[in-house]
Amino acid sequence: MSIVIKVEHVSKMYRLGEVGTGTLTHDLNQWWARLRGKEDPSSKIADLNDRTKVSDSQYVWALKDVSFDVNQGEVLGIIGRNGAGKSTLLKILSRTTLPTEGIIRAKGRIASLLEVGTGFHPELTGRENIFQNGAILGMTRHEIRRKFDEIVDFAGVAKYIDTPVKRYSSGMYVRLAFAVAAHLEPEILIVDEVLAVGDAEFQKKCLGKMKDVSTNDGRTVLFVSHNLAAVKTLCSRSVLMSQGTVRDIGDTNQIVTQYVKLNSDYMTRRIEYKGEDQAPGNDKIKVLRAEVTPDVISVDDPVTISFELLNMMHFTRFKVSFDLVNSSEQIVFSTAVDITISARGSASAKCYIPGHFLNDDIYSVWFYMFTDEMTPLLLLKDMLNFEIIDKSRDYAYLGKINGVVRPILRWETSG
Amino acid sequence: MKESNEDWTIVIKPQTGLFDIDFKELLQYRDLLYIFVRRDLMAVYKQTILGPIWFFIQPLLTTMVYAFVYGGIANIGTDGKPRLLFYLTGTVLWAYFSECLVSTSSTFTANASVFGKVYFPRVILPLAKVISTLFKMGIQMILLAIAYAVYIALGQYSFQVNGYILTLPLLIIIMANLGLGVGMIVTSLTIKYRDLQYLVAFGVQLLMFAAPVVYPLSRFHGKMLLLLKLNPVSAVIETFRAAVLGGTVDWYMLGYSFMISTVLLAAGYVIFNKAEKSFIDTV
Repeated sequence: MSIVIKVEHVSKMYRLGEVGTGTLTHDLNQWWARLRGKEDPSSKIADLNDRTKVSDSQYVWALKDVSFDVNQGEVLGIIGRNGAGKSTLLKILSRTTLPTEGIIRAKGRIASLLEVGTGFHPELTGRENIFQNGAILGMTRHEIRRKFDEIVDFAGVAKYIDTPVKRYSSGMYVRLAFAVAAHLEPEILIVDEVLAVGDAEFQKKCLGKMKDVSTNDGRTVLFVSHNLAAVKTLCSRSVLMSQGTVRDIGDTNQIVTQYVKLNSDYMTRRIEYKGEDQAPGNDKIKVLRAEVTPDVISVDDPVTISFELLNMMHFTRFKVSFDLVNSSEQIVFSTAVDITISARGSASAKCYIPGHFLNDDIYSVWFYMFTDEMTPLLLLKDMLNFEIIDKSRDYAYLGKINGVVRPILRWETSG
Repeated sequence: MKESNEDWTIVIKPQTGLFDIDFKELLQYRDLLYIFVRRDLMAVYKQTILGPIWFFIQPLLTTMVYAFVYGGIANIGTDGKPRLLFYLTGTVLWAYFSECLVSTSSTFTANASVFGKVYFPRVILPLAKVISTLFKMGIQMILLAIAYAVYIALGQYSFQVNGYILTLPLLIIIMANLGLGVGMIVTSLTIKYRDLQYLVAFGVQLLMFAAPVVYPLSRFHGKMLLLLKLNPVSAVIETFRAAVLGGTVDWYMLGYSFMISTVLLAAGYVIFNKAEKSFIDTV
């Protein structure tokens, strides 16, 4: 296996805030420092990229010391939260911006599909845009002419080929754009979130093309996506980025697991308190511990939610209940159980949610306690959060599967 | 895994040197140049009724307004040349220069969205503009020829086109160099300092009065004349007029003009090349 892209110690610094007045003096300062052979005064004070913190520095490292290799013919996944530096890395790879430090070497043409319809001129027809877009992406006119029918066929827009693209639907637009890039035959293709658009049939075509490109033609694909199902299915190896650095690189399943764990750092998957003083609750009921297991939950994994409760009253019969709320603030279900907790004692409750039931989403547990006569005692919104991730699929559709829940149901077919 | 440095076709590294210009790459993208030129010509008159006729109407009206205002009202002399022909010869090359300058100076700001997504040598865009504007100038030349023929047919002027006309390619090159060179400097600076963008729009209009477009150089003497001659555009317009309507050519002035234009083009390209690498972070 030979290396087609070698990324070595690449860093990228950005200036924060508005570029406006004061830039001239700033530029002169920088220039003066360089003239005296000193280090750029601004580079010392740059911070690592962490959006959650307010930084004193005017500069930020969008990428810091990123190194990895890409082998020929592989589909390499790049995952990370928003702001992890994925887009900056892609920008550098597609040469729309330069790194501040470091070097990238590549063999062959790199074509990116950073955004849909790049360089499409709305007044020009589909035909004219195919030629223009192809040429922008580095094809010669001869190459485009040779591929023209194939492109039109792939995009499925034959009927509208002589219509200005401003009259195209967004789906047609995307299809045409992807078709041109897919037929460009670059040695290295960068695909960024295009699969979010387009219908199932088109997605199928795209993924087929991507696989085709990598396995049959030995070309390389860099695939950047938030769609974990797609990454798991398409990529054997992935890079996990976080705060502008490469957190890890390796087998996709293992990287996705890490990614989810990293994300869960931002979620409350578990709360635990030693003393009753700190524990959330009121003078009637306190929650000593609450937890979602396992650490990484895929759609087919069963989920356990457990609570440990402290009764502050003499009363002993309660109802423990919670609502499971998804990211669109819908209550997926509400469940309750009777429990007896001795006076001033504690007890635990566990709820088992089966696998193959919840869809991939981010969930929140809203916790309630009642007396057995349904007098409310305690309500804790957003007590726990957790994410359920998609798994790899063995069929072509890799988009989001609709529905609040995702059960496996019994079907019967005939004929 | 074996490595050899010669295999790498793309090397991306921080800010390259001043003269790190890849001409080979430009050659690879010649088809893109062709397509951009075609687009510039086609997209202009899409969804218009008159279409390419607009290329005629615009200079014709401008020249008539000049003839009326500067010739008729202000009564500025034309060295004894027919007014319409005098202004047409002045504006044909001037319009070419100013259009090259104005369109080049908005290269980065106008194409930021495309530049942010794909890489191709950015200089292709202003080059395409310079070439497509050439077609427009060609049409204006035809207009000039028609007007000339009408004057001759009416017996109001005689055929004065002479050997100096052979300098026309040189004149066009000088104008293209100037438009490109200054435009590339301006667009590189507008990335950070938008102020220049506004300056160019009316600056070009003002600049026209610093060149013998609507008046002949012969009206001036001494310091004023020297000042006008320092403008590299002056020699081009005077030479063209002499070639078409008769007169003499100041070869020193033309040589000076050519040199200045070459220096400006080289400087512009170097600055442009440096600016294109980092512009997307600033724009």
